[in-house]
Amino acid sequence: MEASTSAAAPAEQPAIRVENLTMAYGDFVIMRDLNFTVNRGDVFIIMGGSGCGKSTLLRVLVGLKEPAKGKILYREGSLWDSEPEKRDVILRRTGILYQSGALFSSMTLAENIGLPLSQYTRLKPKEIRELASLKLALVGLAGFEDFYPSEISGGMCKRAGLARAMALDPDILFFDEPSAGLDPVSAHLLDELILELRDSLRATFVVVTHELASIFAIGNNSVFLNVETRTMSASGDPKELLAHTTDPNLRHFLTRGEE
Amino acid sequence: MTHTTLPFAPADAPRLEILKDAGMLTLRMTGVWRKDIPLPDPRPVRDALAATPPPATLRFDAAGVTAWDSLFLTFCRAVLALAGERRVEADLSGLPAGAASLLDLASKVPERQGAARKTRHAPFLERMGDLGLAVSQAVVNLFDFVGDVTLACLALLRGKAVFQRSGLVALMYQASVEALPIVSLISLLVGLILAFVGAIQLSQFGAQIYVSTIVGIAMVRVMGAIMTGIIMAGRTGAAYAAELGTMQVNEEIDALRTFGFSPTQFLVLPRMIALVLMMPLLCIYADLMGILGGFIVGVFMLHINPVQYLTHTWQSVPLANFWIGLVHSTVFGILVAMAGCYRGMRCGRSALGVGQATTSAVVTSILAIIIATAIITVACNIIGV
Repeated sequence: MEASTSAAAPAEQPAIRVENLTMAYGDFVIMRDLNFTVNRGDVFIIMGGSGCGKSTLLRVLVGLKEPAKGKILYREGSLWDSEPEKRDVILRRTGILYQSGALFSSMTLAENIGLPLSQYTRLKPKEIRELASLKLALVGLAGFEDFYPSEISGGMCKRAGLARAMALDPDILFFDEPSAGLDPVSAHLLDELILELRDSLRATFVVVTHELASIFAIGNNSVFLNVETRTMSASGDPKELLAHTTDPNLRHFLTRGEE
Repeated sequence: MTHTTLPFAPADAPRLEILKDAGMLTLRMTGVWRKDIPLPDPRPVRDALAATPPPATLRFDAAGVTAWDSLFLTFCRAVLALAGERRVEADLSGLPAGAASLLDLASKVPERQGAARKTRHAPFLERMGDLGLAVSQAVVNLFDFVGDVTLACLALLRGKAVFQRSGLVALMYQASVEALPIVSLISLLVGLILAFVGAIQLSQFGAQIYVSTIVGIAMVRVMGAIMTGIIMAGRTGAAYAAELGTMQVNEEIDALRTFGFSPTQFLVLPRMIALVLMMPLLCIYADLMGILGGFIVGVFMLHINPVQYLTHTWQSVPLANFWIGLVHSTVFGILVAMAGCYRGMRCGRSALGVGQATTSAVVTSILAIIIATAIITVACNIIGV
């Protein structure tokens, strides 16, 4: 959530560039030779069937799992070739919404959001509290500052998780299955929230999902992980992929197996 | 037009100018408004809004803001809240476009009435009343659990209890073989300690041989059982609480219930059987290790003949003590399994809850072990064994 009104943005440098990425658990290769670019302001969808390695790719992108081969280039540098300190600096510009929210259960919502702020900024407790209220209000949870995660519903936990992901005003927000476990209306509202935040924050969103409705509603760029060939088979705007792709697997996926 | 400029600040720092003109209050903001630089003091804005006559509209002029993040938004939000209180109309058009739409988004869902917590200090009587209710509820819960377990045991006796037989073997293995190293070490050391303490006194009378009696009776009658009880409380009781607690968090226990399984039969019963069967065996093993500890001190420090030491132990420890020890350990097995499972089943649905359940399982088991020992000791005294 950082805006600059003075200087025009420099020649568009991609938010993330992935080069020749191969991921493996031990000797078992999950995905090989991934190459794609996430531009600033994109809502970038990582799509694919269950078990294709979507969540693993996300874990590699956010520094939780080391790739077997290849590079992940953020604007500040290559994630896995950097020293751990530099890696932390890169990752501090990112925020992650985990599948279940992953809120710390021993802390209130305000404390959850305030934790990274109290660690990485020199703000006073009152300012941290105000920032936490603001983030909660942005996700429609005004007034829930002093609730514990166990006292609110699953959908609310997810939104609170989003508020926490935004705590440090990241440039890039990662979402792991944001609509999983939400009713269609809540899932739709979350999609709208993502679009509104994208427009007003000018942040980049990387969303792992297999919800077709979300994919077409919010995505303007994507990569399709093909579980059979164990590599990516297409990338681009999902709506155009649907219109033009000839890859039977991707067609199958984008049309719910009807074609 | 009055004009207030706040104290000097370096070029990049956030600066706030308050311009008053007729009914219009303009906040002219310049500089960098970000988390790494402290915000200007908002008090002059409050004063300006509180002035009489109050301004009719509040306008922002943020053309000079070169960079901003959510801290800027919290400032604007606080100002807007003040303006709302004073019924001053606010005009957001002067804010950066992204900021205005975010503020809009933040006010979209109204604050839930009654959601915000007021931390209230309850009066003394109310707190005592709450405590009383909580204690009586806890007692009811405990009796509920004991009743459930009793019913499950009856079902077991009638051969109708439903649980996994293969799981029971694994539980028995965990509660016996895996505990052997720690039980060996601790019992051996307890035997050594008892022998040392006894030896100092007894050697004054030249009655070193009675070290074997002291170690034998103490270990066999009560110490072996207590030491294994406490080890198993810390080892297995805590594991049961954490295991069942995590299952509670993951809704696995609810899943069992909906399948028509009784969680007490399926989860508590096998754990109890495992401990009740294995604790006496562990206790006998601990007795032997303790006697071995005493033997080491007797033979190597006090130079008692090894055969004499062992025969004296055999002759001077009445067999009744052995049975009393076994009764102790069986009771402890029940108590440790019950405490662990009870705390696990009543675990709160969070990581914090699992931690509390584990802690209180260990505390409860040890407390129960000590109380049970006292009761059994008194009872044995009364019946004269």
